[in-house]
Amino acid sequence: MAVITRGFGGRRRDDADLPPGQYRTDDFPVLSAGPTPRIDLDEWEFAVVTETGERSTWSWAEFTALPADEPTVDIHCVTRWSKFGTSWRGVSVDTLLADVDTAAEYVVAHSYGGYTTNIPLEGLLDGQAWVAYEFDGEPLAPVHGGPARLLVPHLYFWKSAKWLRALELRLDDEPGFWETAGYHNDGDPWREQRYLED
Amino acid sequence: MLTVHVEADDAPWVDGNALAGPLGEIMGTDLTVAELTCAGCRTTRPLAAMRVFDRAPGLVARCPGCEDVVMRVVRMTGRVLVDVRGSLIVSLPVPTA
Ligand SMILES: [Zn+2]
Repeated sequence: MAVITRGFGGRRRDDADLPPGQYRTDDFPVLSAGPTPRIDLDEWEFAVVTETGERSTWSWAEFTALPADEPTVDIHCVTRWSKFGTSWRGVSVDTLLADVDTAAEYVVAHSYGGYTTNIPLEGLLDGQAWVAYEFDGEPLAPVHGGPARLLVPHLYFWKSAKWLRALELRLDDEPGFWETAGYHNDGDPWREQRYLED
Repeated sequence: MLTVHVEADDAPWVDGNALAGPLGEIMGTDLTVAELTCAGCRTTRPLAAMRVFDRAPGLVARCPGCEDVVMRVVRMTGRVLVDVRGSLIVSLPVPTA
């Protein structure tokens, strides 16, 4: 395999880093299944709800005071674009669930505006997912899911719910918005799990 | 004729005629003259009057009154999926033979 070294010592990113059927873009296309919700930070609230109905909530001030990570990750949209090396700031799901008592195996992410998506809990733990509120060093723009969005870079980007409002922990799996409309329940880009039939 | 609506810093939508192509292709009829009754607010409008968000993994038609989803159309590899759980009624004119 050819390795091209850039001046900064990093390996040049090439097609080998693309999941099957994806192309690379340097833009950040805006995909949206509905109008962009506008959420006043004074009214914004994020909740984790367990299978027994127990709620943990954070105001914006509380949320942004939590220990944050600054992941740089590749993202892959099911509409076939991938974007390398995106930089975020957010709170890991591990941190959000640290004090939550649950036997759940599944999660439904709920968004302001009504969008939902489902993910197995283990796909969100061990540093695999964040609730992100900055992109490229700036507050996350509303069209990209601000104030805060889920960031699960190892799955197709429809799983990274914009305008995140709550993570609902469940004992059973509950397919979300696209998962009930022909898209794959799991959405792993490296296995090209785009559609129900794949 | 498609009209594209973009508010500053918002997701663009087009009118329901954007569904004519994909739906006509699979059903062989012009469904933009279909009338849908929104399950959210129970108002009835032609499909052409719905707001279609087309920059998404599928086409999402929303009621212009209450913004609820009335129809989703997803092109999979070998099939086209039409989801109408957001509509109580879909009515079509009888074809004039
Ligand atoms: Zn309605």
